[in-house]
Amino acid sequence: MKIDFLYFEDCPSHDQALARLRQVMAEEGVEAAIAIHKMETETQVQAWNFVGSPTILIDGEDIDPPPPGTPAALACRVYRWEDGRISPLPSPEMIRRALRSRLHREEGDS
Amino acid sequence: MTLRIGEQAIDFTLPCTDGHMHSLSDWNDRPVLVIIFSCNHCPYAQAWEDRIIDLQAQFKPQGVKFAVINANDPVKYPADSFEEMKKRAKAKGYNFPYLWDEPQEVARAYGATRTPEVFVFDQERVLRYHGAVDDNFEDSDGVQHHYLRDAIAALLAGEEPPVTETPPVGCTIKWK
Repeated sequence: MKIDFLYFEDCPSHDQALARLRQVMAEEGVEAAIAIHKMETETQVQAWNFVGSPTILIDGEDIDPPPPGTPAALACRVYRWEDGRISPLPSPEMIRRALRSRLHREEGDS
Repeated sequence: MTLRIGEQAIDFTLPCTDGHMHSLSDWNDRPVLVIIFSCNHCPYAQAWEDRIIDLQAQFKPQGVKFAVINANDPVKYPADSFEEMKKRAKAKGYNFPYLWDEPQEVARAYGATRTPEVFVFDQERVLRYHGAVDDNFEDSDGVQHHYLRDAIAALLAGEEPPVTETPPVGCTIKWK
């Protein structure tokens, strides 16, 4: 499993998001390495189609796919949690669901 | 340089989403004035938005006035344009003026850097609290320290705010 963590320094809670990702991975028994990418330039933003910080990709798929047409930008990202709350960070359940979905697909492939 | 605790509020006149111009002096009779630099697009601003609306409602009977200022560059962040501000103020039912600091002069004069960033002034318009709304942007039920609420309550009671400064937590103001 390939996990990419993309962040923009101006958004202050990326450390918290990374810690949350590591915590949920540990809880789910996922031992994959996390590739951390600091977004600094417009070139990077476009290359990654970065829609905001933090963004977590599992095998290239966003754990919370943004609506089509969401512009790529050096910005902080809005996550809407399962209970309707707005947060700058993905919820643990959001991360967990994405990891489990990928694990199930891997099981189906093998 | 950020406005420091004990310093006077700096006057301004800015356009508002309500179609009027508003100045600091409009609220001279209010016992406490809360100025918050915020915006539309920032998730931190959105996360705290309902709590800010609730606090204004809670303290309205005591005459406390909130005013929220957006200074972000709308060219870089179109979601923070004046038109989008009007839409958000209406959609969310803002119970405070939502002001547009297009030249960014007010934000610079106050030394604001983040959205949201709170400045609380007493009756004499002396800065008595500066920083975050509270200590938990994710979970209003998990808040341990209600910095803004407690500062307002203390000033209304003629007391010192229990905490006068905290680091503002949020997106950076998007300068031109």
